[in-house]
Amino acid sequence: MELNAKIPPGPLKDKWSFYKDHARLVNPANRKKLEVIVVGTGLAGSAAAASLAEMGYKVKSFCFQDSARRAHSVAAQGGVNAAKNYKNDGDSVYRMFYDTIKGGDFRSREANVYRLAECSAQLIDQAVAQGVPFGREYGGYLNNRSFGGVQVSRTFYARGQTGQQLLLGAYQALMRQAAAKTVTLYTRHEMLDLVLVDGKARGIIVRNLDTGEIERHSANTVILATGGFGKIYYLSTLAMGCNASAIWRAHKKGAFMACPSWTQVHPTSLPQSGDYQSKLTLMSESLRNDGRIWVPLKPEEKRKPNDIPEDERDYYLERRYPAFGNLAPRDISSRAAKERIDAGFGVGPQLNAVYLDFSKAIKEQGKEKIKEKYGNLFAMYRKITDTDAYSEPMMISPAAHFSMGGLWVDYELMTTIPGLFALGEANFADHGANRLGANSLLQACVDGYFVAPYTVSNYLAGEIHAEKLDADAQEFIDAEVRVRAHLGKLLAINGTKTADHYHKTLGKLLYDYCGLSRSREGLVYAIKEIKKLREDFYEHLKVPGTEEEMNGELEKAGRISDYLEVAELMCQDALTREESCGAHFREEYQTPEGEALRNDEAFCFVSAWQWQGEDKEERLVPEPLHFENVELTVRSYK
Amino acid sequence: MKINLKIWRQTDAGSPGRLVDYELDHVIPHMSFLEMMDTLNEQLILSGERPVEFDHDCREGICGQCGMMINGRAHGPIPHLTTCQLHMREFKDGDTIYVEPFRGKAFPVKRDLRVDRSAFDRIIMAGGFVSVNTGQAPEANGIPISHEQAESAFDSAACIGCGACVATCKNSSAALFTAAKIAHLAKLPQGKIESRKRVLSMVEQMDIEAFGHCTNTEACEVECPQDISVLNIARMNWEYTLSKVLK
Ligand SMILES: Cc1cc2nc3c(=O)[nH]c(=O)nc-3n(C[C@H](O)[C@H](O)[C@H](O)COP(=O)(O)OP(=O)(O)OC[C@H]3O[C@@H](n4cnc5c(N)ncnc54)[C@H](O)[C@@H]3O)c2cc1C
Ligand code: SF4
Ligand code: FES
Repeated sequence: MELNAKIPPGPLKDKWSFYKDHARLVNPANRKKLEVIVVGTGLAGSAAAASLAEMGYKVKSFCFQDSARRAHSVAAQGGVNAAKNYKNDGDSVYRMFYDTIKGGDFRSREANVYRLAECSAQLIDQAVAQGVPFGREYGGYLNNRSFGGVQVSRTFYARGQTGQQLLLGAYQALMRQAAAKTVTLYTRHEMLDLVLVDGKARGIIVRNLDTGEIERHSANTVILATGGFGKIYYLSTLAMGCNASAIWRAHKKGAFMACPSWTQVHPTSLPQSGDYQSKLTLMSESLRNDGRIWVPLKPEEKRKPNDIPEDERDYYLERRYPAFGNLAPRDISSRAAKERIDAGFGVGPQLNAVYLDFSKAIKEQGKEKIKEKYGNLFAMYRKITDTDAYSEPMMISPAAHFSMGGLWVDYELMTTIPGLFALGEANFADHGANRLGANSLLQACVDGYFVAPYTVSNYLAGEIHAEKLDADAQEFIDAEVRVRAHLGKLLAINGTKTADHYHKTLGKLLYDYCGLSRSREGLVYAIKEIKKLREDFYEHLKVPGTEEEMNGELEKAGRISDYLEVAELMCQDALTREESCGAHFREEYQTPEGEALRNDEAFCFVSAWQWQGEDKEERLVPEPLHFENVELTVRSYK
Repeated sequence: MKINLKIWRQTDAGSPGRLVDYELDHVIPHMSFLEMMDTLNEQLILSGERPVEFDHDCREGICGQCGMMINGRAHGPIPHLTTCQLHMREFKDGDTIYVEPFRGKAFPVKRDLRVDRSAFDRIIMAGGFVSVNTGQAPEANGIPISHEQAESAFDSAACIGCGACVATCKNSSAALFTAAKIAHLAKLPQGKIESRKRVLSMVEQMDIEAFGHCTNTEACEVECPQDISVLNIARMNWEYTLSKVLK
């Protein structure tokens, strides 16, 4: 199968307009006959569900939390990008497009990225209209700041809780539609399988997590907006419930997975302090605007940070990347931290952290100003570590964070299964091999508010005469049988190890061999170990209770059974890409100075993977990337 | 350190619940309260018992899911903190800790420590939004909003919908939650236009959901992890009276 990205014709800047001008429309009278399933109520899912419902489609919205408002988008702190050029510092749609393409290490599609930049201004307008209280200047106009990887100020923020405020805007839009009865909400429902009829996505199987009931839902199209799977590393910045199950089960039904090994490691997380730990907390990257990152010049330094004089500190980012300094992109900053930590200069009880120091900024701007900008982050730091970061530096460390990989989608955000769309972090699009800060909230929102309404309608225009499907069709019955069998299998093992045990073991393996740096040898080893772990899982897992009731352990076990398969594909993907790019650093491919060495000759493509069946190797289908508007340069932040 | 736990166990809304004793021997002060609960659950699973069901997700104080009563207080002994942000260093070796679900008629228990807070969603459905269609919003800088006004709207908008205010209120009132949304939107020009209609329908929905009345005890503000001020309630009452009078 050849992959067709369906990029519209014409010059880059006119492609999206061209698409919109030519997309097919659905008559309002027909819209109410068409049903749409949206899985996920994060920014991508809520925005899509609200927008499509408002257009008149019948929408069913699903999430596993107890309220749509709690989707993981709520946790994003730093901000959202938009090329508004309010600061008159030379920003433009083209510049944002260029920064994003370069930030992604030239491994994303020009047309998608351009559209992202183009729609960004509109998103700020939309959010303000919904009542999102973005930061304002004293004159009453919107304020913004700069974020890692760019030299202009284009990041809009609502204190350190931008994701929360954007999500509340989208959630409120969704609740408005729910009140109007154009959306039916199914909270505490987890999608466990996708149903295809005649090769098209026509429904899902879900489990009601409060009662254990299995339900079948049919529709004319299915949209997955189920977020990222960075939690596969166990210790990550993600919420406990984040998972890959929905996209993985769609993958096994024919949707290609793209670039699964590209996981962003975030440089400013709190370090791990012990084995009992369940997650790592992110400190917003915006802190790098005023905080300076350093480690002691002497290895295993015992002195307190404030007792180490200036000339015995190594501001390694400022030293190595003078042009961007502390604002170097995430992949570069994370790797530089790992390099110092591995070389023995790490700080903290576990020697696994670096300092993020505000003393200079406090001296120059005053404590009050810093408090106003980052007060809640300092408060959060205090709550977790019991330390006052106004008087001594914070300790930070890299942590798994964002999945650049996900379901392969074309320009319309449709997967390789007709009628199945993937939005937001669940798809692979737009970020290439590395995501710039504040582009993810943007992508999730743009996908949901501005892209899906056109592309999903374009698809549905061809489905007006599709037969009405009821959920008793044989395909639904078969899918339900398989779902029940899988749940039954997990419960029947009745072994001696908990689901968390497997998750932790898998996470550690991935961290060590498919994390910040990878090597052929390590990946080959990891694949072998993952296979063994998977066998062990099906022999020794213990899940108490039954299927017909609320059962948190059964939920976990289901997600981990999928993670154990995703992990292998991640390593496989990393193994085949014999170059270093963005978040993917293959030790064999680096410059003498230790910087990533890309290979455009051989690897300028998206790795899409096709499922071949249980116990069969997945098939690699490359989608070549064509660059007509930018020159592939070496990414330098020096 | 050693910790004795008395945890509320209840199979479902219809069954009676009771406090069950558990003992944990190796609790590390740096653990969060939820990590301590994970440790207990690990122990229970391995010994063949059902683990304790509790709600949580982000574990960083922002999703609003991890509510429980700890020694009789919503989210535990420290003011303005979610349970996931509470650490075991706040307790002493040998302490006995009572862990119960959030209370309130409008928050029925689903199982163990999990309660049903969907009443909050229905309050938002009753008007907690700006009626704007997607796709065609006007230029964001078209309506200036003063810095102070935006910050003040943010103070109200920061509510995470956790329900601690209800759980701690002797009347199980949802006034702080509802008032926060009413104030957030009323403080911004975009939301101001609908504020009279909004306050009437949201207050009415609170009554339908069987939340109690606010009698100004102000316990809610003390427990609120986002430090939402009771002044929001004053603002709601003012908006409400105004709307009634001008109706
Ligand atoms: C701590 C943190 C800070 C961040 N900060 C920033 C930032 O400052 N700027 C930025 O741009 N980005 C940031 N990001 C990234 C950004 O928040 C996410 O990429 C984005 O919010 C993802 O949105 P989404 O809509 O795709 O998915 P999510 O918001 O994760 O939503 C996923 C939804 O899918 C549902 N779901 C998942 N699986 C199933 C299933 N099987 N069945 C039913 N429902 C399911 C969930 O219930 C949820 O509703 C941050 C991320 C984290 C973790
Ligand atoms: S007002 Fe405070 S306590 Fe009440 S739901 Fe909101 S955040 Fe929680
Ligand atoms: S788990 Fe999200 S607020 Fe505590």
